[in-house]
Amino acid sequence: MNEVAYDIVIIGSGAGGGTVAQELAPLCSDGVRIALLEKGPRLRDSDFTGREVEMAQILYEDGGGFLTADGSMTLAMGRGYGGSTIVYTGTSIAAPQRVIERWNVPGLGFDEVNRRTQKFVQQNNVHLLGEDRINENNQLFVKGCRRLGYRVEQFPVNVKGCLGSSLCNLGCPNQAKQGTHRVQLPNAERGGVEVITRCKVLRLEGQTVIARVDGRAAGGVGDPSAWAPGEYRIQAKVVVVCGGAVNSPALLLRSRLPSALPRLGHGFTCHPALILVGEHNRPITNFVGHPKSYYLDQFVESDGFILETCMYFPFTTAKSMSGFGDGHAAFMQAFPKLQMILVLACDHVEPDNRVTVDRHGLAVVHYRFSPEVKRALAQGVITAARIFFAAGARRAHVPAAANPTVPSEYADSLDQIVDESYFRPGSVTVSAAHLQGGCGMGMTAADSVTDSHGHVHGVPWLFVADASLFPDSVEINPYLTIMALADRVAQYIRQEARSLLNSGVAHA
Amino acid sequence: MHRQIRLLLRLIQWLPVLRFGRPFTSLDNSSRAQFLAGLQNSRVDRLRVGFWGLRTLVMLGYYGRPAAAAKIGYNPHRSGWEATR
Repeated sequence: MNEVAYDIVIIGSGAGGGTVAQELAPLCSDGVRIALLEKGPRLRDSDFTGREVEMAQILYEDGGGFLTADGSMTLAMGRGYGGSTIVYTGTSIAAPQRVIERWNVPGLGFDEVNRRTQKFVQQNNVHLLGEDRINENNQLFVKGCRRLGYRVEQFPVNVKGCLGSSLCNLGCPNQAKQGTHRVQLPNAERGGVEVITRCKVLRLEGQTVIARVDGRAAGGVGDPSAWAPGEYRIQAKVVVVCGGAVNSPALLLRSRLPSALPRLGHGFTCHPALILVGEHNRPITNFVGHPKSYYLDQFVESDGFILETCMYFPFTTAKSMSGFGDGHAAFMQAFPKLQMILVLACDHVEPDNRVTVDRHGLAVVHYRFSPEVKRALAQGVITAARIFFAAGARRAHVPAAANPTVPSEYADSLDQIVDESYFRPGSVTVSAAHLQGGCGMGMTAADSVTDSHGHVHGVPWLFVADASLFPDSVEINPYLTIMALADRVAQYIRQEARSLLNSGVAHA
Repeated sequence: MHRQIRLLLRLIQWLPVLRFGRPFTSLDNSSRAQFLAGLQNSRVDRLRVGFWGLRTLVMLGYYGRPAAAAKIGYNPHRSGWEATR
Protein backbone atom coordinates (compact mmCIF):
# COMPACT_ATOMS: atom_id res chain seq x y z
CA MET A 1 0.00 0.00 0.00
CA ASN A 2 1.23 3.50 -0.92
CA GLU A 3 1.79 5.93 1.95
CA VAL A 4 1.42 9.70 1.59
CA ALA A 5 0.87 12.57 4.03
CA TYR A 6 -0.94 15.89 3.83
CA ASP A 7 -1.98 18.54 6.30
CA ILE A 8 -5.56 18.75 5.00
CA VAL A 9 -7.46 16.20 2.92
CA ILE A 10 -10.74 17.23 1.27
CA ILE A 11 -12.99 14.41 0.04
CA GLY A 12 -15.23 15.35 -2.89
CA SER A 13 -15.10 18.19 -5.42
CA GLY A 14 -18.72 19.36 -5.81
CA ALA A 15 -20.31 22.53 -4.46
CA GLY A 16 -18.96 21.77 -0.97
CA GLY A 17 -15.51 20.33 -1.72
CA GLY A 18 -14.76 22.77 -4.53
CA THR A 19 -15.60 25.73 -2.28
CA VAL A 20 -13.56 24.42 0.64
CA ALA A 21 -10.58 23.81 -1.68
CA GLN A 22 -10.72 27.35 -3.05
CA GLU A 23 -11.10 28.94 0.36
CA LEU A 24 -8.30 26.91 1.98
CA ALA A 25 -5.88 27.35 -0.95
CA PRO A 26 -4.30 30.52 0.53
CA LEU A 27 -2.91 28.28 3.30
CA CYS A 28 -0.71 26.57 0.69
CA SER A 29 1.47 29.66 0.42
CA ASP A 30 2.31 29.12 4.12
CA GLY A 31 3.50 25.60 3.34
CA VAL A 32 0.28 23.78 4.20
CA ARG A 33 -0.17 20.72 1.98
CA ILE A 34 -3.74 20.17 0.81
CA ALA A 35 -5.07 17.28 -1.29
CA LEU A 36 -8.58 16.96 -2.73
CA LEU A 37 -9.69 13.41 -3.55
CA GLU A 38 -12.43 12.97 -6.17
CA LYS A 39 -13.93 9.60 -7.07
CA GLY A 40 -14.80 10.44 -10.67
CA PRO A 41 -12.66 11.47 -13.62
CA ARG A 42 -11.62 14.89 -14.88
CA LEU A 43 -13.17 15.18 -18.33
CA ARG A 44 -11.66 17.04 -21.23
CA ASP A 45 -13.86 19.57 -23.01
CA SER A 46 -14.26 17.23 -25.98
CA ASP A 47 -15.49 14.39 -23.73
CA PHE A 48 -18.89 16.09 -23.22
CA THR A 49 -20.76 14.46 -26.10
CA GLY A 50 -24.32 15.12 -24.91
CA ARG A 51 -25.22 11.46 -25.52
CA GLU A 52 -27.61 10.47 -22.76
CA VAL A 53 -26.59 6.99 -21.69
CA GLU A 54 -22.90 7.51 -22.34
CA MET A 55 -22.66 10.70 -20.25
CA ALA A 56 -24.89 9.33 -17.49
CA GLN A 57 -22.57 6.33 -17.10
CA ILE A 58 -19.59 8.65 -16.67
CA LEU A 59 -21.05 11.50 -14.64
CA TYR A 60 -23.64 9.91 -12.34
CA GLU A 61 -23.30 7.44 -9.50
CA ASP A 62 -24.59 4.06 -10.75
CA GLY A 63 -25.20 5.67 -14.13
CA GLY A 64 -28.04 7.68 -12.58
CA GLY A 65 -29.84 4.54 -11.41
CA PHE A 66 -29.09 4.59 -7.67
CA LEU A 67 -32.28 3.30 -6.01
CA THR A 68 -33.63 3.73 -2.51
CA ALA A 69 -33.90 0.53 -0.44
CA ASP A 70 -37.53 -0.21 -1.34
CA GLY A 71 -37.10 0.81 -4.98
CA SER A 72 -39.48 3.75 -4.64
CA MET A 73 -37.14 6.42 -5.97
CA THR A 74 -34.01 7.00 -8.07
CA LEU A 75 -31.36 9.33 -6.64
CA ALA A 76 -29.14 11.41 -8.94
CA MET A 77 -25.60 12.00 -7.65
CA GLY A 78 -22.98 13.58 -9.85
CA ARG A 79 -19.39 12.39 -9.91
CA GLY A 80 -16.25 13.70 -11.56
CA TYR A 81 -14.09 16.84 -11.27
CA GLY A 82 -16.84 19.24 -10.12
CA GLY A 83 -19.22 16.65 -8.64
CA SER A 84 -22.90 17.42 -9.12
CA THR A 85 -22.09 20.95 -10.28
CA ILE A 86 -21.09 19.40 -13.63
CA VAL A 87 -24.62 18.11 -14.20
CA TYR A 88 -27.04 20.56 -12.61
CA THR A 89 -28.76 23.23 -14.70
CA GLY A 90 -27.01 26.08 -12.93
CA THR A 91 -30.17 27.47 -11.33
CA SER A 92 -29.01 29.67 -8.47
CA ILE A 93 -31.40 30.60 -5.67
CA ALA A 94 -30.60 31.87 -2.17
CA ALA A 95 -32.10 30.01 0.79
CA PRO A 96 -35.25 31.74 2.07
CA GLN A 97 -35.10 33.39 5.49
CA ARG A 98 -37.93 31.16 6.78
CA VAL A 99 -35.82 28.05 6.05
CA ILE A 100 -32.69 29.21 7.87
CA GLU A 101 -34.83 30.31 10.81
CA ARG A 102 -36.65 26.96 10.86
CA TRP A 103 -33.30 25.15 10.86
CA ASN A 104 -32.62 26.92 14.15
CA VAL A 105 -28.91 26.06 14.22
CA PRO A 106 -27.22 27.93 17.08
CA GLY A 107 -24.74 30.43 15.63
CA LEU A 108 -26.05 30.26 12.06
CA GLY A 109 -28.13 33.27 11.06
CA PHE A 110 -29.90 34.17 7.84
CA ASP A 111 -27.91 37.36 7.28
CA GLU A 112 -24.63 35.47 7.33
CA VAL A 113 -25.84 32.68 5.04
CA ASN A 114 -27.20 35.29 2.64
CA ARG A 115 -23.99 37.33 2.67
CA ARG A 116 -21.93 34.25 1.85
CA THR A 117 -24.45 33.23 -0.82
CA GLN A 118 -24.10 36.60 -2.54
CA LYS A 119 -20.34 36.07 -2.71
CA PHE A 120 -20.92 33.03 -4.92
CA VAL A 121 -23.67 34.76 -6.90
CA GLN A 122 -20.94 37.22 -7.95
CA GLN A 123 -18.21 34.64 -8.37
CA ASN A 124 -20.33 32.29 -10.54
CA ASN A 125 -21.75 34.97 -12.86
CA VAL A 126 -25.33 34.36 -11.71
CA HIS A 127 -27.80 36.39 -13.78
CA LEU A 128 -31.12 36.25 -15.61
CA LEU A 129 -31.06 35.14 -19.23
CA GLY A 130 -32.40 37.63 -21.77
CA GLU A 131 -35.86 37.09 -23.25
CA ASP A 132 -34.36 36.17 -26.62
CA ARG A 133 -32.71 33.11 -24.98
CA ILE A 134 -35.96 31.67 -23.57
CA ASN A 135 -37.39 28.76 -25.56
CA GLU A 136 -41.09 27.91 -26.05
CA ASN A 137 -41.02 25.13 -23.47
CA ASN A 138 -40.32 27.84 -20.89
CA GLN A 139 -42.51 30.51 -22.49
CA LEU A 140 -45.51 28.18 -22.40
CA PHE A 141 -44.98 27.60 -18.68
CA VAL A 142 -45.07 31.38 -18.13
CA LYS A 143 -48.14 31.69 -20.35
CA GLY A 144 -50.00 28.94 -18.50
CA CYS A 145 -49.09 30.29 -15.07
CA ARG A 146 -50.12 33.85 -15.93
CA ARG A 147 -53.44 32.73 -17.37
CA LEU A 148 -54.13 30.96 -14.09
CA GLY A 149 -53.00 33.96 -12.05
CA TYR A 150 -49.93 32.20 -10.64
CA ARG A 151 -46.83 34.16 -9.60
CA VAL A 152 -44.14 32.72 -11.87
CA GLU A 153 -40.48 33.62 -11.32
CA GLN A 154 -37.40 33.46 -13.54
CA PHE A 155 -34.44 31.40 -12.39
CA PRO A 156 -31.10 33.18 -12.12
CA VAL A 157 -28.51 30.89 -13.72
CA ASN A 158 -24.73 30.70 -13.45
CA VAL A 159 -23.76 30.51 -17.10
CA LYS A 160 -21.20 32.37 -19.17
CA GLY A 161 -21.53 32.15 -22.95
CA CYS A 162 -24.49 29.73 -22.89
CA LEU A 163 -25.29 28.61 -26.45
CA GLY A 164 -28.52 26.88 -25.45
CA SER A 165 -27.51 23.27 -26.13
CA SER A 166 -30.15 22.17 -23.54
CA LEU A 167 -27.72 19.46 -22.40
CA CYS A 168 -26.94 20.88 -18.92
CA ASN A 169 -27.83 17.64 -17.11
CA LEU A 170 -25.30 15.72 -19.21
CA GLY A 171 -22.53 18.26 -18.59
CA CYS A 172 -22.38 21.44 -20.69
CA PRO A 173 -20.62 20.65 -23.99
CA ASN A 174 -19.69 24.35 -24.27
CA GLN A 175 -18.26 24.78 -20.75
CA ALA A 176 -20.73 27.62 -20.14
CA LYS A 177 -21.99 26.48 -16.75
CA GLN A 178 -19.95 27.96 -13.92
CA GLY A 179 -19.74 24.92 -11.66
CA THR A 180 -16.82 24.24 -9.36
CA HIS A 181 -15.06 22.53 -12.29
CA ARG A 182 -14.93 25.92 -14.06
CA VAL A 183 -14.44 28.32 -11.13
CA GLN A 184 -13.49 27.12 -7.65
CA LEU A 185 -11.39 24.04 -8.47
CA PRO A 186 -9.15 25.81 -11.01
CA ASN A 187 -8.72 28.63 -8.45
CA ALA A 188 -7.78 26.07 -5.81
CA GLU A 189 -5.27 24.35 -8.08
CA ARG A 190 -3.66 27.67 -9.00
CA GLY A 191 -3.34 28.29 -5.26
CA GLY A 192 -1.51 25.00 -4.69
CA VAL A 193 -4.23 22.45 -3.83
CA GLU A 194 -3.51 19.05 -5.40
CA VAL A 195 -6.56 17.41 -6.99
CA ILE A 196 -6.46 13.64 -7.35
CA THR A 197 -9.27 12.26 -9.51
CA ARG A 198 -10.40 8.63 -9.89
CA CYS A 199 -9.61 8.33 -6.17
CA LYS A 200 -12.32 6.58 -4.18
CA VAL A 201 -12.16 6.93 -0.41
CA LEU A 202 -12.93 3.56 1.16
CA ARG A 203 -12.91 4.52 4.84
CA LEU A 204 -11.22 6.57 7.53
CA GLU A 205 -9.04 4.79 10.04
CA GLY A 206 -8.67 7.60 12.53
CA GLN A 207 -6.75 10.35 10.74
CA THR A 208 -5.68 7.97 7.99
CA VAL A 209 -7.71 8.07 4.81
CA ILE A 210 -7.80 4.71 3.02
CA ALA A 211 -8.37 5.24 -0.69
CA ARG A 212 -8.06 3.46 -4.01
CA VAL A 213 -7.04 5.07 -7.28
CA ASP A 214 -8.43 3.46 -10.43
CA GLY A 215 -6.66 3.58 -13.75
CA ARG A 216 -8.38 4.78 -16.87
CA ALA A 217 -9.98 1.86 -18.68
CA ALA A 218 -8.85 1.18 -22.24
CA GLY A 219 -10.87 3.48 -24.49
CA GLY A 220 -12.11 5.39 -21.43
CA VAL A 221 -12.54 9.14 -21.40
CA GLY A 222 -10.98 11.87 -19.28
CA ASP A 223 -7.52 12.48 -17.89
CA PRO A 224 -5.73 9.78 -15.93
CA SER A 225 -5.37 10.36 -12.21
CA ALA A 226 -2.39 12.32 -10.91
CA TRP A 227 -1.55 9.20 -8.86
CA ALA A 228 -0.74 5.71 -10.09
CA PRO A 229 -3.50 3.10 -9.69
CA GLY A 230 -3.48 1.28 -6.37
CA GLU A 231 -4.41 1.57 -2.71
CA TYR A 232 -3.25 4.50 -0.61
CA ARG A 233 -2.96 5.31 3.09
CA ILE A 234 -3.15 9.08 3.32
CA GLN A 235 -2.17 10.59 6.66
CA ALA A 236 -4.01 13.84 7.41
CA LYS A 237 -4.13 16.35 10.24
CA VAL A 238 -7.53 17.61 9.14
CA VAL A 239 -10.14 15.79 7.03
CA VAL A 240 -13.04 17.63 5.37
CA VAL A 241 -15.74 15.30 4.06
CA CYS A 242 -17.70 16.70 1.10
CA GLY A 243 -19.11 13.60 -0.58
CA GLY A 244 -22.77 14.69 -0.52
CA ALA A 245 -25.82 13.66 1.48
CA VAL A 246 -25.48 9.95 0.72
CA ASN A 247 -21.76 9.35 0.46
CA SER A 248 -20.64 11.55 3.38
CA PRO A 249 -22.75 9.82 6.05
CA ALA A 250 -22.01 6.43 4.45
CA LEU A 251 -18.25 7.08 4.61
CA LEU A 252 -18.43 8.08 8.26
CA LEU A 253 -20.67 5.11 9.09
CA ARG A 254 -18.14 2.63 7.70
CA SER A 255 -15.17 4.35 9.33
CA ARG A 256 -13.63 3.94 12.72
CA LEU A 257 -14.35 7.19 14.55
CA PRO A 258 -13.49 7.98 18.16
CA SER A 259 -16.94 9.38 18.90
CA ALA A 260 -20.45 7.94 19.04
CA LEU A 261 -22.68 9.81 16.59
CA PRO A 262 -26.23 8.55 17.05
CA ARG A 263 -27.66 11.04 14.49
CA LEU A 264 -25.27 10.01 11.71
CA GLY A 265 -27.31 9.18 8.58
CA HIS A 266 -30.54 10.57 10.01
CA GLY A 267 -32.43 13.58 8.69
CA PHE A 268 -32.21 12.69 4.99
CA THR A 269 -34.46 14.75 2.69
CA CYS A 270 -34.34 15.01 -1.10
CA HIS A 271 -37.23 16.95 -2.76
CA PRO A 272 -38.84 13.89 -4.45
CA ALA A 273 -39.67 14.88 -8.01
CA LEU A 274 -41.86 13.87 -10.93
CA ILE A 275 -41.34 14.73 -14.59
CA LEU A 276 -44.61 15.60 -16.34
CA VAL A 277 -45.20 16.11 -20.05
CA GLY A 278 -47.91 17.95 -21.96
CA GLU A 279 -48.36 17.59 -25.71
CA HIS A 280 -49.10 20.58 -27.94
CA ASN A 281 -50.56 20.55 -31.44
CA ARG A 282 -47.36 21.79 -33.05
CA PRO A 283 -43.64 21.38 -32.56
CA ILE A 284 -42.18 23.82 -30.03
CA THR A 285 -38.58 24.74 -29.26
CA ASN A 286 -37.84 22.42 -26.37
CA PHE A 287 -34.45 20.77 -26.89
CA VAL A 288 -32.77 24.03 -27.80
CA GLY A 289 -32.23 26.77 -25.21
CA HIS A 290 -31.61 26.64 -21.47
CA PRO A 291 -33.97 23.96 -20.12
CA LYS A 292 -34.85 25.43 -16.73
CA SER A 293 -35.64 29.14 -16.85
CA TYR A 294 -38.77 29.54 -14.67
CA TYR A 295 -40.28 28.25 -11.47
CA LEU A 296 -43.42 28.58 -9.36
CA ASP A 297 -42.96 28.49 -5.60
CA GLN A 298 -46.12 30.19 -4.33
CA PHE A 299 -47.48 26.85 -3.11
CA VAL A 300 -44.49 25.86 -0.95
CA GLU A 301 -45.96 27.05 2.34
CA SER A 302 -49.57 26.00 1.67
CA ASP A 303 -49.16 22.73 -0.27
CA GLY A 304 -45.47 21.81 -0.03
CA PHE A 305 -44.53 21.73 -3.73
CA ILE A 306 -42.53 23.70 -6.29
CA LEU A 307 -42.91 23.54 -10.07
CA GLU A 308 -39.96 24.12 -12.40
CA THR A 309 -39.59 24.03 -16.14
CA CYS A 310 -37.38 21.22 -17.39
CA MET A 311 -36.39 19.32 -20.51
CA TYR A 312 -35.09 15.80 -20.28
CA PHE A 313 -33.73 13.29 -22.73
CA PRO A 314 -35.53 10.41 -24.43
CA PHE A 315 -34.67 7.58 -22.02
CA THR A 316 -35.24 9.72 -18.90
CA THR A 317 -38.55 10.92 -20.31
CA ALA A 318 -39.67 7.42 -21.30
CA LYS A 319 -38.77 6.05 -17.87
CA SER A 320 -40.60 8.90 -16.13
CA MET A 321 -43.92 8.27 -17.85
CA SER A 322 -46.17 5.54 -16.50
CA GLY A 323 -47.39 2.61 -18.53
CA PHE A 324 -46.16 1.03 -21.75
CA GLY A 325 -47.39 0.19 -25.22
CA ASP A 326 -49.30 2.45 -27.61
CA GLY A 327 -50.30 5.17 -25.12
CA HIS A 328 -46.72 5.56 -23.92
CA ALA A 329 -45.25 5.42 -27.43
CA ALA A 330 -47.67 8.08 -28.69
CA PHE A 331 -46.24 10.63 -26.26
CA MET A 332 -42.66 9.66 -27.09
CA GLN A 333 -43.29 9.98 -30.82
CA ALA A 334 -44.57 13.52 -30.19
CA PHE A 335 -41.25 14.50 -28.57
CA PRO A 336 -40.79 17.80 -30.48
CA LYS A 337 -44.29 18.87 -29.34
CA LEU A 338 -43.70 18.13 -25.64
CA GLN A 339 -43.69 20.70 -22.87
CA MET A 340 -42.18 19.49 -19.58
CA ILE A 341 -42.66 20.48 -15.95
CA LEU A 342 -40.85 19.13 -12.89
CA VAL A 343 -42.90 18.75 -9.69
CA LEU A 344 -40.80 18.81 -6.51
CA ALA A 345 -42.15 18.02 -3.05
CA CYS A 346 -40.57 19.92 -0.16
CA ASP A 347 -40.17 16.97 2.15
CA HIS A 348 -39.13 17.28 5.77
CA VAL A 349 -37.12 15.16 8.18
CA GLU A 350 -38.85 11.87 9.05
CA PRO A 351 -37.52 9.36 11.62
CA ASP A 352 -37.29 6.46 9.13
CA ASN A 353 -35.78 8.34 6.18
CA ARG A 354 -32.05 7.91 6.55
CA VAL A 355 -28.75 6.65 5.17
CA THR A 356 -27.19 3.43 6.44
CA VAL A 357 -24.52 1.08 5.10
CA ASP A 358 -24.84 -2.60 4.25
CA ARG A 359 -22.42 -5.31 5.35
CA HIS A 360 -20.08 -4.36 2.50
CA GLY A 361 -20.08 -0.72 3.65
CA LEU A 362 -22.16 0.42 0.66
CA ALA A 363 -24.65 3.23 1.11
CA VAL A 364 -28.30 2.28 1.54
CA VAL A 365 -30.95 5.02 1.52
CA HIS A 366 -34.18 4.26 3.33
CA TYR A 367 -36.98 6.51 2.20
CA ARG A 368 -40.76 6.31 2.39
CA PHE A 369 -43.14 8.92 1.08
CA SER A 370 -44.89 10.56 4.03
CA PRO A 371 -48.61 11.40 3.68
CA GLU A 372 -47.57 15.07 3.33
CA VAL A 373 -45.20 14.25 0.45
CA LYS A 374 -47.85 12.18 -1.35
CA ARG A 375 -50.32 15.03 -1.00
CA ALA A 376 -47.75 17.58 -2.19
CA LEU A 377 -46.88 15.48 -5.25
CA ALA A 378 -50.57 14.98 -6.09
CA GLN A 379 -51.33 18.70 -5.76
CA GLY A 380 -48.21 19.50 -7.80
CA VAL A 381 -49.32 17.13 -10.56
CA ILE A 382 -52.79 18.71 -10.67
CA THR A 383 -51.34 22.23 -10.81
CA ALA A 384 -48.80 21.28 -13.51
CA ALA A 385 -51.52 19.69 -15.65
CA ARG A 386 -53.63 22.85 -15.31
CA ILE A 387 -50.65 24.88 -16.50
CA PHE A 388 -50.20 22.59 -19.54
CA PHE A 389 -53.85 23.05 -20.51
CA ALA A 390 -53.86 26.80 -19.81
CA ALA A 391 -50.86 27.02 -22.15
CA GLY A 392 -52.79 25.23 -24.90
CA ALA A 393 -51.66 21.60 -24.58
CA ARG A 394 -54.03 19.09 -26.19
CA ARG A 395 -53.31 16.42 -23.61
CA ALA A 396 -51.09 15.72 -20.64
CA HIS A 397 -49.44 12.63 -19.20
CA VAL A 398 -50.56 12.38 -15.58
CA PRO A 399 -48.61 9.53 -13.97
CA ALA A 400 -50.65 9.20 -10.77
CA ALA A 401 -53.91 8.17 -12.43
CA ALA A 402 -55.67 5.01 -13.59
CA ASN A 403 -55.31 6.22 -17.18
CA PRO A 404 -52.32 8.56 -17.43
CA THR A 405 -53.32 10.11 -20.77
CA VAL A 406 -55.59 13.04 -19.94
CA PRO A 407 -57.08 15.11 -22.82
CA SER A 408 -57.58 18.86 -22.34
CA GLU A 409 -61.37 18.40 -22.07
CA TYR A 410 -60.74 16.98 -18.62
CA ALA A 411 -58.88 20.05 -17.36
CA ASP A 412 -61.64 20.77 -14.84
CA SER A 413 -61.72 17.19 -13.52
CA LEU A 414 -58.07 16.81 -12.54
CA ASP A 415 -58.93 16.65 -8.84
CA GLN A 416 -60.92 13.48 -9.50
CA ILE A 417 -58.35 11.97 -11.90
CA VAL A 418 -55.16 12.30 -9.86
CA ASP A 419 -54.97 9.68 -7.13
CA GLU A 420 -52.24 9.95 -4.49
CA SER A 421 -52.44 6.23 -3.71
CA TYR A 422 -50.28 5.72 -6.83
CA PHE A 423 -47.30 7.17 -4.94
CA ARG A 424 -46.16 3.74 -3.82
CA PRO A 425 -43.04 1.80 -4.81
CA GLY A 426 -43.09 0.70 -8.45
CA SER A 427 -46.20 2.59 -9.59
CA VAL A 428 -44.84 6.02 -10.47
CA THR A 429 -41.28 6.96 -11.40
CA VAL A 430 -40.07 9.38 -8.75
CA SER A 431 -36.52 10.69 -8.75
CA ALA A 432 -34.57 13.15 -6.62
CA ALA A 433 -31.48 15.26 -7.21
CA HIS A 434 -31.52 17.61 -4.20
CA LEU A 435 -30.10 15.20 -1.63
CA GLN A 436 -29.73 16.76 1.81
CA GLY A 437 -29.03 15.85 5.44
CA GLY A 438 -27.39 12.85 7.06
CA CYS A 439 -24.68 14.84 8.89
CA GLY A 440 -26.94 17.62 10.14
CA MET A 441 -25.71 20.65 12.05
CA GLY A 442 -26.87 21.34 15.59
CA MET A 443 -25.81 21.74 19.17
CA THR A 444 -24.71 18.36 20.53
CA ALA A 445 -24.26 14.75 19.41
CA ALA A 446 -27.74 14.02 20.74
CA ASP A 447 -29.41 16.22 18.13
CA SER A 448 -26.86 16.45 15.30
CA VAL A 449 -23.59 15.26 13.79
CA THR A 450 -21.71 18.57 13.57
CA ASP A 451 -21.79 22.04 15.05
CA SER A 452 -22.58 25.10 12.94
CA HIS A 453 -19.01 25.11 11.56
CA GLY A 454 -19.33 21.57 10.22
CA HIS A 455 -17.05 20.36 13.03
CA VAL A 456 -18.00 16.75 13.86
CA HIS A 457 -18.95 16.43 17.54
CA GLY A 458 -16.16 14.82 19.53
CA VAL A 459 -13.71 14.47 16.60
CA PRO A 460 -11.44 17.55 16.56
CA TRP A 461 -9.80 16.78 13.19
CA LEU A 462 -12.97 15.98 11.22
CA PHE A 463 -15.27 18.39 9.34
CA VAL A 464 -18.20 18.05 6.95
CA ALA A 465 -18.94 20.64 4.26
CA ASP A 466 -21.73 19.68 1.87
CA ALA A 467 -25.52 19.29 1.64
CA SER A 468 -25.42 16.61 4.32
CA LEU A 469 -25.08 19.47 6.84
CA PHE A 470 -28.65 20.66 6.19
CA PRO A 471 -30.76 19.93 9.30
CA ASP A 472 -33.89 19.87 7.09
CA SER A 473 -34.92 20.50 3.50
CA VAL A 474 -33.79 23.86 2.09
CA GLU A 475 -36.94 24.00 -0.12
CA ILE A 476 -35.03 25.41 -3.11
CA ASN A 477 -32.26 24.25 -5.47
CA PRO A 478 -29.52 23.77 -2.91
CA TYR A 479 -26.10 24.46 -4.44
CA LEU A 480 -25.63 28.11 -3.43
CA THR A 481 -26.55 27.26 0.17
CA ILE A 482 -24.04 24.39 0.11
CA MET A 483 -21.37 26.84 -1.04
CA ALA A 484 -22.33 29.35 1.65
CA LEU A 485 -22.03 26.71 4.38
CA ALA A 486 -18.78 25.32 2.92
CA ASP A 487 -17.41 28.86 2.90
CA ARG A 488 -18.25 29.11 6.60
CA VAL A 489 -16.58 25.77 7.37
CA ALA A 490 -13.45 26.77 5.43
CA GLN A 491 -13.24 30.13 7.18
CA TYR A 492 -13.35 28.39 10.55
CA ILE A 493 -10.58 25.97 9.51
CA ARG A 494 -8.46 28.89 8.27
CA GLN A 495 -8.97 30.78 11.53
CA GLU A 496 -8.14 27.73 13.62
CA ALA A 497 -5.42 26.43 11.31
CA ARG A 498 -2.63 26.99 13.77
CA SER A 499 -4.20 24.86 16.49
CA LEU A 500 -5.78 22.32 14.15
CA LEU A 501 -2.58 21.69 12.19
CA ASN A 502 -0.20 21.82 15.15
CA SER A 503 -2.27 19.56 17.37
CA GLY A 504 -2.76 17.08 14.55
CA VAL A 505 -0.56 14.02 14.35
CA ALA A 506 2.69 15.00 12.66
CA HIS A 507 3.79 12.86 9.74
CA ALA A 508 6.77 12.82 7.53
CA MET B 1 -29.18 -8.32 -9.70
CA HIS B 2 -28.82 -10.59 -12.75
CA ARG B 3 -30.36 -13.45 -10.77
CA GLN B 4 -33.35 -11.29 -9.79
CA ILE B 5 -33.92 -10.27 -13.40
CA ARG B 6 -33.78 -13.90 -14.55
CA LEU B 7 -36.27 -14.88 -11.83
CA LEU B 8 -38.65 -12.10 -12.81
CA LEU B 9 -38.47 -13.07 -16.49
CA ARG B 10 -39.30 -16.67 -15.55
CA LEU B 11 -42.27 -15.46 -13.50
CA ILE B 12 -43.50 -13.36 -16.41
CA GLN B 13 -43.21 -16.37 -18.71
CA TRP B 14 -45.03 -18.85 -16.47
CA LEU B 15 -47.45 -16.87 -14.25
CA PRO B 16 -49.90 -16.40 -17.18
CA VAL B 17 -50.46 -20.18 -17.17
CA LEU B 18 -52.54 -19.70 -13.98
CA ARG B 19 -54.81 -17.16 -15.66
CA PHE B 20 -54.69 -17.83 -19.40
CA GLY B 21 -53.60 -21.47 -19.47
CA ARG B 22 -50.59 -20.59 -21.61
CA PRO B 23 -47.13 -19.09 -21.03
CA PHE B 24 -46.50 -15.43 -21.85
CA THR B 25 -44.80 -16.03 -25.20
CA SER B 26 -47.84 -17.98 -26.44
CA LEU B 27 -50.30 -15.15 -25.66
CA ASP B 28 -51.65 -12.67 -28.20
CA ASN B 29 -50.71 -8.99 -27.80
CA SER B 30 -53.89 -8.03 -25.99
CA SER B 31 -53.50 -10.75 -23.34
CA ARG B 32 -49.80 -9.88 -22.93
CA ALA B 33 -50.68 -6.22 -22.30
CA GLN B 34 -53.43 -7.24 -19.87
CA PHE B 35 -51.04 -9.47 -17.94
CA LEU B 36 -48.28 -6.82 -17.80
CA ALA B 37 -50.77 -4.17 -16.65
CA GLY B 38 -51.70 -6.56 -13.84
CA LEU B 39 -48.05 -6.73 -12.77
CA GLN B 40 -47.74 -2.94 -12.94
CA ASN B 41 -50.73 -2.51 -10.61
CA SER B 42 -50.05 -5.57 -8.44
CA ARG B 43 -50.80 -5.33 -4.73
CA VAL B 44 -47.49 -7.10 -4.09
CA ASP B 45 -44.78 -4.44 -3.70
CA ARG B 46 -41.96 -6.67 -4.92
CA LEU B 47 -43.80 -7.61 -8.11
CA ARG B 48 -44.63 -3.99 -8.86
CA VAL B 49 -41.08 -2.80 -8.17
CA GLY B 50 -39.65 -5.70 -10.16
CA PHE B 51 -41.84 -4.86 -13.12
CA TRP B 52 -40.87 -1.18 -12.83
CA GLY B 53 -37.19 -2.17 -12.95
CA LEU B 54 -37.67 -4.43 -15.96
CA ARG B 55 -39.68 -1.76 -17.77
CA THR B 56 -36.89 0.75 -17.06
CA LEU B 57 -34.32 -1.61 -18.59
CA VAL B 58 -36.49 -2.02 -21.68
CA MET B 59 -36.84 1.77 -22.02
CA LEU B 60 -33.07 2.09 -21.61
CA GLY B 61 -32.44 -0.54 -24.26
CA TYR B 62 -34.73 1.20 -26.74
CA TYR B 63 -34.74 4.96 -26.06
CA GLY B 64 -31.12 4.98 -24.87
CA ARG B 65 -29.99 4.43 -28.47
CA PRO B 66 -29.12 7.58 -30.45
CA ALA B 67 -31.01 6.08 -33.44
CA ALA B 68 -34.24 5.83 -31.41
CA ALA B 69 -33.79 9.40 -30.17
CA ALA B 70 -33.41 10.65 -33.73
CA LYS B 71 -36.44 8.65 -34.84
CA ILE B 72 -38.73 10.48 -32.41
CA GLY B 73 -37.36 13.82 -33.59
CA TYR B 74 -34.96 14.51 -30.73
CA ASN B 75 -31.94 16.16 -32.36
CA PRO B 76 -30.12 18.45 -29.92
CA HIS B 77 -27.00 20.23 -31.10
CA ARG B 78 -24.12 21.45 -28.98
CA SER B 79 -24.32 24.82 -30.76
CA GLY B 80 -27.89 25.22 -29.52
CA TRP B 81 -29.63 28.31 -30.96
CA GLU B 82 -26.97 28.83 -33.63
CA ALA B 83 -27.69 25.40 -35.11
CA THR B 84 -31.35 26.36 -35.63
CA ARG B 85 -30.50 29.41 -37.79
